Amino acid sequence: MRELTYLEAVREAMSQEMRQNEDVFILGEDIGVYGGAFGVTRGMIEEFGPERIRNTPISEAAISGTAVGAALTGMRPILELQFSDFITIAMDNMVNQAAKIRYMYGGKGKVPMVLRTPAGSGTGAAAQHSQSLEAWMAHVPGLKVVQPSTAYDAKGLLKAAIDDDNPVIFYEHKLCYKTKSDVPEEQYSIPLGKADVKRAGTDVTIVATAIMVHKSLEAAAELEKEGIQVEVIDPRTLVPLDTETIIQSVKKTSRLIVVHEAVKRGGFGGEIASTIAESEAFDYLDAPIKRLGGKAVPIPYNPELEKAAIPTVSDIVAAVKETLNRQ
Amino acid sequence: MAQLVNLPPRVQETDLKGLLKQMWLIRYFEEKVDEFFAKGMIHGTTHLAVGQEASAVGSIAVLEGRDKITSTHRGHGHCIAKGAEVNKMMAELFGRTTGYCKGKGGSMHIADVEQGNLGANGIVGGGFSIATGAALTSKMRNEGYVVLCFFGDGASNEGSFHEAVNLASIWKLPVVFICENNQYGMSGPVKEMMNVEDIAQRAEAYGIPGKVVDGNDVFNVMNGVGEAVERARNGEGPSIVEAKTYRWKGHSKSDAKKYRTREEEQEWRAKDPIVRLRDVLVQEGLLTEEEADSIKAEAKKEIEESVEFAKDSPMPTLDDLMEDIYA
Repeated sequence: MRELTYLEAVREAMSQEMRQNEDVFILGEDIGVYGGAFGVTRGMIEEFGPERIRNTPISEAAISGTAVGAALTGMRPILELQFSDFITIAMDNMVNQAAKIRYMYGGKGKVPMVLRTPAGSGTGAAAQHSQSLEAWMAHVPGLKVVQPSTAYDAKGLLKAAIDDDNPVIFYEHKLCYKTKSDVPEEQYSIPLGKADVKRAGTDVTIVATAIMVHKSLEAAAELEKEGIQVEVIDPRTLVPLDTETIIQSVKKTSRLIVVHEAVKRGGFGGEIASTIAESEAFDYLDAPIKRLGGKAVPIPYNPELEKAAIPTVSDIVAAVKETLNRQ
Repeated sequence: MAQLVNLPPRVQETDLKGLLKQMWLIRYFEEKVDEFFAKGMIHGTTHLAVGQEASAVGSIAVLEGRDKITSTHRGHGHCIAKGAEVNKMMAELFGRTTGYCKGKGGSMHIADVEQGNLGANGIVGGGFSIATGAALTSKMRNEGYVVLCFFGDGASNEGSFHEAVNLASIWKLPVVFICENNQYGMSGPVKEMMNVEDIAQRAEAYGIPGKVVDGNDVFNVMNGVGEAVERARNGEGPSIVEAKTYRWKGHSKSDAKKYRTREEEQEWRAKDPIVRLRDVLVQEGLLTEEEADSIKAEAKKEIEESVEFAKDSPMPTLDDLMEDIYA
């Protein structure tokens, strides 16, 4: 099987969907000949033309609402926001319009759109271009929230998101863009709401999202040298959340650590921890649940400070050991 | 006589009695709603369009059935003019399952996507880009429909207005932005909130036509909006039409109207758009006094029946609470 980068996998998912469905189109800033802020749409305007690879003015409020209006009237728009931080400017349309229209209209009308946007730190872009704000969106009924960590998942999940009749927020981690994995050329889709066990283990369950999946796998490899078997679960979609896979894993390992890059306070890790605390898996716990998340600080510019703001591989290793030592 | 002789074909061909009927339906609907709110029989809040009947009816009168609208907080009139059934509207305000939104949307969210009413909106300025999105669908699919985007004077100070009008202008989208300038954004007089005489002047900044019409003269509204709709349908892009009018009631039900005078209100009541249309039709011999009275009585009866329909309709059950969130 061929390998693709995560970025190429995202592009392939969109291209395949656009070839088979005239209603799918992309709108966003600089997505035309420039190819998008991170190059995800590079080359697409040549194949699909400017009508369907629709370059927009710098107007997040207008283009997000335009996607809502187009979706409501039968199209399946994909909106690319240059940085997930700019979702603040599109927030009204996503939260007050896209998420609520179906319910407010008594089930008549639907908004099948995907908002794709790069999230996360690690590029030195500092506080306004590095945030992980997925918990905001996961909080709002009516939205679905996806966070792929691998190229394979990115393609399959994006295809499912485009085919979904609901508004979906699709967070792409910037540091994942260049990571590679085997990606089949043929069509496949990964259902939203199905977690993936990225590594099986018996001693501790780690639930990690986006780039933290990779860091957790690194930590697990290190811990294996000491005979510790870590199970790493990637929920892949926060809404809908595959609680069952997580609960079963915790019942098996009796220990849970949640790791995400987003600020720990009010982050989605709290939701996963509470899900376990409220479930039958609670009785199986041999140690308190541990959450690792970003510090409550705007992402700083200085590279050393930037790294220190979010969980590292050694933080994860330490957390696992600490959890194992508590009986 | 002169008034009608000079009217263009779009007015000559219109069912003028039908327009009068719609205006009475709006007037009686709003007055009935006002009465029921005062009695505590309908909960929530409401924004009544008494006095603004001509801008809604005149604008929508020039549309074809396939055309679409987006509406505002003050949207009952637009819905009725777009052909909404008053029974379903009243039932919605009573929170019943027979309402347009099964009792889940209420006054500010009446929508009928299939009939081209893309929804009233609780967010000031929320409709602008939904309208551009619907217009984009029309253009991309060659569907040939036009979208009327109703907004208030207050909403023209929202950023979403400027972004959406610019986007519609550069993409030459078939949308007409209709400002119903009723002189106040909640309690804020237009003169204190902007330094332009006419909101239509703002069109110039986006390279599109802007036009002021007498919002209390249904023919004047039809002509102004009719030209803009023709232009949009011919692929020449958007326009702004500003209808100068006045809301007789307060902003919402809790408004003591301390920000304006009785004299001012009387002045505008004297320009009652319904009386004006009726008088012209009678003077022109298109309608007898008796016919005019019977149209009025018919409208009143339909509204009274809508109240009975609403009262007799079932309440949602608690099982309905979690329905319709996702498609």
